[in-house]
Amino acid sequence: MKVPVTVTVNGQVYQREVEPRLLLVHFIREVLGLTGTHVGCDTSQCGACVVLMDGKAVKSCTVFAVQADGAQITTIEGLARNGQLHPLQEGFWEMHGLQCGFCTPGMILAAYDLLQRNPNPTDEEIRHALEGNYCRCTGYHNIVRAVRYAAEKLRVQA
Amino acid sequence: MYPASFNYYRAMTLQEALNLLRQHPEAKVLAGGHSLIPLMKLRLANPPALVDIGRIAELKGIRRADGTVVIGALTTHREVEFSEELKQWCPLLPEVAAHIGDPPVRNMGTIGGSLAHADPAADYPAAMLALGATMKAVGPGGERMIAADEFFLGMLTTALQPGEILTEVHVPVLGKGTGWAYEKFPHPASRYAVVGVAVVVRVENGICREARIGITGAAPRAFRATNVEQALAGKRLDEATVRAATENMVSPEGLLSDPFASAAYRAHLCAVLTRRALLRAAERAG
Repeated sequence: MKVPVTVTVNGQVYQREVEPRLLLVHFIREVLGLTGTHVGCDTSQCGACVVLMDGKAVKSCTVFAVQADGAQITTIEGLARNGQLHPLQEGFWEMHGLQCGFCTPGMILAAYDLLQRNPNPTDEEIRHALEGNYCRCTGYHNIVRAVRYAAEKLRVQA
Repeated sequence: MYPASFNYYRAMTLQEALNLLRQHPEAKVLAGGHSLIPLMKLRLANPPALVDIGRIAELKGIRRADGTVVIGALTTHREVEFSEELKQWCPLLPEVAAHIGDPPVRNMGTIGGSLAHADPAADYPAAMLALGATMKAVGPGGERMIAADEFFLGMLTTALQPGEILTEVHVPVLGKGTGWAYEKFPHPASRYAVVGVAVVVRVENGICREARIGITGAAPRAFRATNVEQALAGKRLDEATVRAATENMVSPEGLLSDPFASAAYRAHLCAVLTRRALLRAAERAG
């Protein structure tokens, strides 16, 4: 059985026929060729696969592509505007919020979800919001600083 | 990891979903998928068909009907966690929801899905028992209400019958003089409860009139600590009383045991977490 899906990813509409068992992360990576979204643990724990679905952070390894039919998806490729990094991307750069970078796309999109509902989070709130995103390099300290940097920049811009 | 192949059917109304389940009796119901999809990826569940109820509008939302709060089965953990209404009417539930998984998981997982799945380490079952919740199920034979005490039958097994869909959760509005708390020892990787204890106490003039204690994670299904509930009725909920009532409250026999937490350790956690939850609930009851 193949099912038609229409998914808007980073503002572009894609129509594809997919097997119902195709996971959203594989749809994004293998069908659309957007490999910024990573597969880490593949068991909805590590958060490497986090994307925004209708504005909310979700673990795309635990969502079927058919569930995203009609949805707006944002991946890491969709954050920069006109060659300008998003403040979160800039924050990870400036504050050394990554080392190997594998967790970074998911980390940034989970942080994006947080800053939408809480533009001025405390360090503790940042840590709680990123509880579902594992980083094995940084020790998290600079990730918290990166999110704080982005929050400040976004508040100034607003 | 890919699940085994399955056929996919999407229902836009409850009636459509019931019809689809009648046509495809082997199908499983898909809501947020955060209990079912992991099982399918591990091939522990291989349903030949899924009926996706995730878009059925009538299964969403939180409303109040007199002394009862009605929560649609598709309400996500995130919606429960941040619901201003629930924080007023039944604040135990937002406290419990904030402990489930992590924020992206809470964005997808639903209260109905979690309850129908009945993972022995899920958080909500403890709260449902402590609250004396009622589950509404709709099936080919009409609708029926199932008390939480009769709902959780065993490991991944509930009182729901084939063809039935859990549509609503009914919980009481927690009034003045009522205290609540949820204490959890999460597994550090999965965030599931190694043991989780939900408590609701009703206190009058400093005396406990009723205590309800629901425990998850410890046994193959969530259960009530009725021995502790009875021991506390009519007593002051001070530390010494609570300590005496919770000591050795659960026997390790029949509890879950794994390399991370033995049955004896789970029994110990039951006592510690029940004590903490009771003392915090008593403080809130005033």
